[in-house]
Amino acid sequence: MLASSSILRTLDVQAVRADFPILSQSVNGKPLAFLDSAASSQKPLAVIEAMNEYYRTTHANVHRGVYTLSERATELYENARKRVARFIGAKSSREIIFTRNTTESINLVAQAWGRANLRPGNEILLTELEHHSNLVPWQLIARETGARVRYIPVDGQGVLQLDGLDALLTERTKIVAFAQMSNMLGTITPAAEIVRRAKAAGALTLIDAAQGVPHLPTNVQELGCDFLAFSGHKMCGPTGIGVLYGRRELLEAMPPFLGGGDMIRRVTFEGAEWNELPWKFEAGTPAIAEGVGLGAAVDYLSGLGMDAVRAHEREIIAYALERLAEVPTVAIYGPMAPDIRGGVATFNLGDIHPHDVAAVLDAEGIAIRAGHHCAMPLHEKFGLTASSRASFYIYTIPEEIDRLVEGLYKARSIYKKAK
Amino acid sequence: MQDLYMENILDHYENPRNKGRLEHPDISHEEDNPVCGDRIRIDLKVEDGVIADARFDGRGCSISQAAASMLIEDIIGKPLDEVKGYDKAHVLDLLGIPIGPVRMKCALLSLKVLKAGAYGIHGWPGEEDEDR
Repeated sequence: MLASSSILRTLDVQAVRADFPILSQSVNGKPLAFLDSAASSQKPLAVIEAMNEYYRTTHANVHRGVYTLSERATELYENARKRVARFIGAKSSREIIFTRNTTESINLVAQAWGRANLRPGNEILLTELEHHSNLVPWQLIARETGARVRYIPVDGQGVLQLDGLDALLTERTKIVAFAQMSNMLGTITPAAEIVRRAKAAGALTLIDAAQGVPHLPTNVQELGCDFLAFSGHKMCGPTGIGVLYGRRELLEAMPPFLGGGDMIRRVTFEGAEWNELPWKFEAGTPAIAEGVGLGAAVDYLSGLGMDAVRAHEREIIAYALERLAEVPTVAIYGPMAPDIRGGVATFNLGDIHPHDVAAVLDAEGIAIRAGHHCAMPLHEKFGLTASSRASFYIYTIPEEIDRLVEGLYKARSIYKKAK
Repeated sequence: MQDLYMENILDHYENPRNKGRLEHPDISHEEDNPVCGDRIRIDLKVEDGVIADARFDGRGCSISQAAASMLIEDIIGKPLDEVKGYDKAHVLDLLGIPIGPVRMKCALLSLKVLKAGAYGIHGWPGEEDEDR
């Protein structure tokens, strides 16, 4: 542990790639270039083996059995929670609620906190950058409670316009919920500053860290946020497990989200008393193997060092923006400064439909995302119906960017009229 | 072989047949696929139960636009009742290349528009189950 975090580490990307068995395959006769990690990352052997080992040797239901296997399973699952807590700087593992994913984490807050606290005339402040998962849960609870949803605008480069923030923050604003990084444009938002200004106005804050925690050093004490939501599967972990961090006093005061087993202390035919944190919010048998896998993912990323992860991705996005800009008729969306941009390159190639671009690239073994990336309002704001998105992670190499650019030239030669 | 079909699709995409609008269509219907922004309108002129003329208009990827162009070319001169019976296999036959599950909606958008228009919104039994 010692002073390791102060030593500037760099990623040995070839060694990282060797940890990911899926990357060594061919697709359509070409080496796979997986450029869709913003949708879901690939998994290192350490995660796959931790889950495999758990199922082979330890599986039993947690928190109940008075026998060795159940106790071991409980210990593994709860240890994973402690590692996640340390990874994001939570004061206690009781502040870490395991959910299915970011979406469920945000719905938990919108439903459990929102229903108890929002009144007609109250305001929920979001930003125009948000993924549907940080829009729709708030629209639902606003409709139910009579609260109103407002938005911090973005400029033409997809950067939040914070000049008007203090005017948007009034005594009606009860919560400010925003992305740490945009999944569509890669914009890294000044999260600590937004939290500080929201707090000064008396509002709570929720950070959608689905694209943040996997890619940026993230510490909830430094951010000062009240809630932070993220998914396991975008950070080398398995699907089916996500995290909600919440400040303990807030979680204590909130009513439960889902009812069922494990979340109660005592049940009678007349009613029930809630279990203590974090289990109050974890009804039913949890995703145990996935929790174990997420613990292994956190260990893996900690081993690399999140500063090194960010430094690598900064280099990759800078290179990608530079190379993409060389392609005639390419339109790149989002901020062009790598300092405020994560590893997400969203673009269009002339009038060639993103589906056609993605299909040409797929034939070359290159996987990118084409569509609206679950950010339809943001696409509309930019006058787009769809776009192509290449997104990067710890295993992305410059050669893959070169192949992407070659693939775009190939698409131009096939779709001559639309190029 | 597949390249030949792909060339045919590209030809229909870049040189669409019967693209535009009819002045006084008997049937006109439009739908979109919000996931990818594809949008197609089909206008039909029906005389004595036969499709006398047809046009499509819209935007989208090569598969959705080529499928529309091929489908419109195919239905002109056919009895409306026969066209009402067209199914997924008919359009996939016209395209001639294997279509993956994600782009199936692109391939079938024009058929959906055609059938919804031909039956009228209320008389239409609904979209064919894609898994069949």
